[in-house]
Amino acid sequence: MAELGRVGEVIEASTTEFVAQCYELYQSPPLGSLVKTILPLEEPLEMYGIVYNAVTSSLEPGRRPIARGKDETSEEEIYRSSPQLLKLLRTEFSALMVGHRQNGKLYRYLPPKPPRIHGFVYLCSDDEVVEFGQSFSFLNILLNAHLPVSAEELVAATLRQMSQVYDDRSRFMVTAGKELAILLGGELNRLKAILGRIKP
Amino acid sequence: MTQQSSQRLGIVTDGSLTKGIEVRLDSSASVEDMAVGRYVTIEGEKRRFFGMITDISLGVIDPKLTLTPPDVTDPFTAEVLAGTSTYGTLHILPMLTIGGGATDTIEGPQPVKTVPGHFSAVNQASQQDVELVFGGEDARKFYIGTPLDMETRICLDLPELVKRSNGIFGKSGTGKTFLTRILLIGMLQKGAAANLIFDMHSEYGWSGTSEGGRTVKALKQLFPEQVAVFTLDEANAKRRRVSTDFVVRIGYDEIEPEDMTLLRQTLNLTEPAVEAIYQLSRKFGRNWLQSTLGLPESEETEEMLKGLSIHESTFQNLLRGLHTIERLPFLMPHSPDNTVKRILEYLDRGINVVLEFGRYTDITAYVLVANLLTRRIYAQYRERMEKAMAEDTAPPHPLVITIEEAHRFLNPGVSSQTIFGTIAREMRKYNVTLLVIDQRPSGIDDEVMSQLGTKITCLLDNERDIDSVLSGVPGKNELKSVLARLESRQQALIFGHAVPMPVVVRTREYGSPESYKDFLSPGQTDTKKQTQKDIEELWK
Ligand SMILES: Nc1ncnc2c1ncn2[C@@H]1O[C@H](COP(=O)(O)OP(=O)(O)O)[C@@H](O)[C@H]1O
Ligand SMILES: [Mg+2]
Repeated sequence: MAELGRVGEVIEASTTEFVAQCYELYQSPPLGSLVKTILPLEEPLEMYGIVYNAVTSSLEPGRRPIARGKDETSEEEIYRSSPQLLKLLRTEFSALMVGHRQNGKLYRYLPPKPPRIHGFVYLCSDDEVVEFGQSFSFLNILLNAHLPVSAEELVAATLRQMSQVYDDRSRFMVTAGKELAILLGGELNRLKAILGRIKP
Repeated sequence: MTQQSSQRLGIVTDGSLTKGIEVRLDSSASVEDMAVGRYVTIEGEKRRFFGMITDISLGVIDPKLTLTPPDVTDPFTAEVLAGTSTYGTLHILPMLTIGGGATDTIEGPQPVKTVPGHFSAVNQASQQDVELVFGGEDARKFYIGTPLDMETRICLDLPELVKRSNGIFGKSGTGKTFLTRILLIGMLQKGAAANLIFDMHSEYGWSGTSEGGRTVKALKQLFPEQVAVFTLDEANAKRRRVSTDFVVRIGYDEIEPEDMTLLRQTLNLTEPAVEAIYQLSRKFGRNWLQSTLGLPESEETEEMLKGLSIHESTFQNLLRGLHTIERLPFLMPHSPDNTVKRILEYLDRGINVVLEFGRYTDITAYVLVANLLTRRIYAQYRERMEKAMAEDTAPPHPLVITIEEAHRFLNPGVSSQTIFGTIAREMRKYNVTLLVIDQRPSGIDDEVMSQLGTKITCLLDNERDIDSVLSGVPGKNELKSVLARLESRQQALIFGHAVPMPVVVRTREYGSPESYKDFLSPGQTDTKKQTQKDIEELWK
């Protein structure tokens, strides 16, 4: 049984992002969640990422799953009658690197080193989310990333996700919105797109 | 260092010493709470700056925002955009530096020589800041009014003020007379100068009227010991139950040709007619006026005029003018008393003299008398000053002469020839200065305007008047917008020698029982209720 908050393991890593495989099929953290992985150096390097994508696919590359439910009455029945399916499929998620912590100090920019493969990946606690959300400088990384998901969607999802741990959600959203209005000075349409997605 | 009471408004984003400073308002400060004429402090890195808001504007980061306005009915969007994508800007004219660190506030306010750095914080000026710059009633400083939305007392250094001639301007009904009364009380109380007031509408000596027919007390009622009322119209004074000190009569033989030149415009005299006056006075001497009026229609007269090469039509033009003067009831062939001497006697005892014109409010009487008396009184001061300098004795106590409708005496056509032009230009060479009151300052000679030390101006709406009042003042354009937005009464912009920087005041209240009490016992606040009641009774 994995420790509390541990959701998976790094299976692909670079300076700007990492991919983790979930321990449980379909149990990826929600889009926009703050996750972390730890590089066990002498002074451990904690690396923070925002989940921007999740994929479930066949374990063996090239082998596509086939439709199996024609004679079953419900989706659950499929898994019940073919329990090996859970072993043949896997869920992975990708996180964009947005910060790190070393010597107890939190930085909202890229870590000096990428994570290692098999590094454990954790969902951040409420306290960590609150601490990370004290400054919005990381939004800039999200806005400028080139990802399969649009930056507006990702920013909005991240803010919605973070806001859940705040008592005064609308205060949090207004402050974040103001930061975005400044970051997106000349890009009114992007701003409008995000504001429309985070309106309390 | 900063008072926690002061409210932060925004940050400096741009600017120059000559054009002023741009301040980006914080999103927490609403443009609608700002007002031109208000004071701010700017916390520079090395020193604090003190300035005035002179303009307020709106800005957007992205012009698209104005083309496709966001849905501001949604409170979230509106709140996010306020202060970020849309923002308010203040334009601030920095005026003074008021000390850097906490220690060197002792220096007192200094004129600005630089601007605060980028992104310096801008705060609303606190009471203490304003007091540091203008405040503190003392033996010299007199409380004249309060800044907009503040209780602090703005004070004028009166002995400093009277070193130069000064002006009070504003269109009709804006509070010039009330302000003048207050200022005269100040001079009287601070002993800054003796005053001679040519009181055209009889409102300074004894009960003036306020709008709505309410009467207000004037100087003699409040300070009977220190004020003498002279009148040109005894009957009128009696009817108004004014306790007058002297009835002024002027003899024809006191009117000199120089007194007539100023009347050229009001009497419609031609240039040759004025020349004729000089010729006639050479011929007849002191009695030229009476002699001229007494000339019979005869061949002899014609001969004489021909001899002086005075044309018949010129003579007729002159006669019409002289008849107008002759009809002034306070004139007589020979005056039994010497008005100039009487006025000087009072002034020498430090008593202020108000000369009421009663019913004779037409401009001819006013110009004639003010000019005639001032010329002679000025000559006396000049003599005394020269004597004092030669003998190294005390110079005469400063004298301030108050005239209304000043453009009649100081317009470009006459200012170079009149005594008033001379006084204004000579500054205080002989310890005499002017307090000029006018609703049409553009009518006054520019050169005279530029000599005025301190100008106090109520609302003006004529562009030329505004230009003439502000001509040569640093920050003219900024002050223009402040001046044009004064309230229509009891507010004034003060700038010049007697204040460290231009200041907008709500003029001190005049006319209520409490206000009289305040003037009579300066410095004493909150006395017991009973005393107040007594005083109210007294002034009912
Ligand atoms: N300091 C003041 N205190 C009280 N009332 C004032 C004051 N200044 C102006 N007012 C009001 O404004 C009116 C006009 O003022 P006044 O001095 O007669 O104007 P002006 O001389 O410029 O024509 C007054 O009658 C009075 O009601
Ligand atoms: Mg008046």
